[in-house]
Amino acid sequence: MRRRVLLLLPFLIFLVLGFFLYRGLALDPSARESALLAEKFPSFTLSTLEDPDARIDESLLRGQVSLVNVWASWCPTCKEEMPQLLELSERGVQMVGIDYKDTREHGRQFLEEFGKPFEVNIFDPDGDLGFELGVYGVPETFLVDANGIIRYKHIGYITPDDVEEVMQEVEKWR
Amino acid sequence: MALMTRAGVMLVLLLVVTRAMAVSAIDIRDFKDPVLAERYSDITASLRCPKCDAQAIDSSNSPVAEDMRERVAFLLREGRSDQEILNYMVDRFGEFVLYNPRLDGRTWLLWALPAVLVVVGGLVLAAFVRARKNARVRALSEEERMRLDSLLNRHPKETE
Repeated sequence: MRRRVLLLLPFLIFLVLGFFLYRGLALDPSARESALLAEKFPSFTLSTLEDPDARIDESLLRGQVSLVNVWASWCPTCKEEMPQLLELSERGVQMVGIDYKDTREHGRQFLEEFGKPFEVNIFDPDGDLGFELGVYGVPETFLVDANGIIRYKHIGYITPDDVEEVMQEVEKWR
Repeated sequence: MALMTRAGVMLVLLLVVTRAMAVSAIDIRDFKDPVLAERYSDITASLRCPKCDAQAIDSSNSPVAEDMRERVAFLLREGRSDQEILNYMVDRFGEFVLYNPRLDGRTWLLWALPAVLVVVGGLVLAAFVRARKNARVRALSEEERMRLDSLLNRHPKETE
């Protein structure tokens, strides 16, 4: 009788392994937790895309909830994302752009062509601010609350289906 | 024959060129201090590229891996310790970038499992050895021997 039970052991191991591997199939391999959730937005001093002489810093994000979108003119999915960003802006969300590893000329052209949802664009030609934010794939979007704390991160472009989810997050932290 | 030799030469050349390309993709930094160079290659080999699925930043061409390598070199020259540099990356890119995850509430199973499996394997082995020791070879009884003989003789060898 004891031997019979022992014979079942490989099958039990198979069941346990199978359960975990099956669950793994449904996981998104590109999903990463953000290291910066509940952390302060990193401090920076940079110019704006519009004005090379301007100096802005993280205090820009104080006072109201804002969505900080990291974009670049060389990024194809950023173009597809623009209509959704425009919609969010129309629905009253303060949008701040970070033009990441880009040139002023290309960045401005991009906005002329695809729309201007951003109240201000932080110009980050060397990607230093992007590095502080742990950006590894453009576009990425951060929700920053009125105290300058990062509350939510959306990796990849915001699809039309994602707009409601993002809107809910904005409402949650308002 | 000449054609085959030519094809062979082409193949070798192709291999040499692609190999050279693969090597040049990884930038080798000139640290004057060999210890620093060693630490650089250790750290970049133990950090996982966040953009790629299973590649360390030392062998990845993705822009973020390049940036991370550059930052590792910068921090090393600044005199930061290995642990400080790893923490620096984790603060920005998350635990994901560590190829050797830290021991905490979520990773204890990962770290403990090999040891547990060795112990379980040892116990199973010990059980086998004991079972074998206790087994006795029993001689056949007279009745059994007769039955065996009759079975063996029922089918005489075909060569006979």
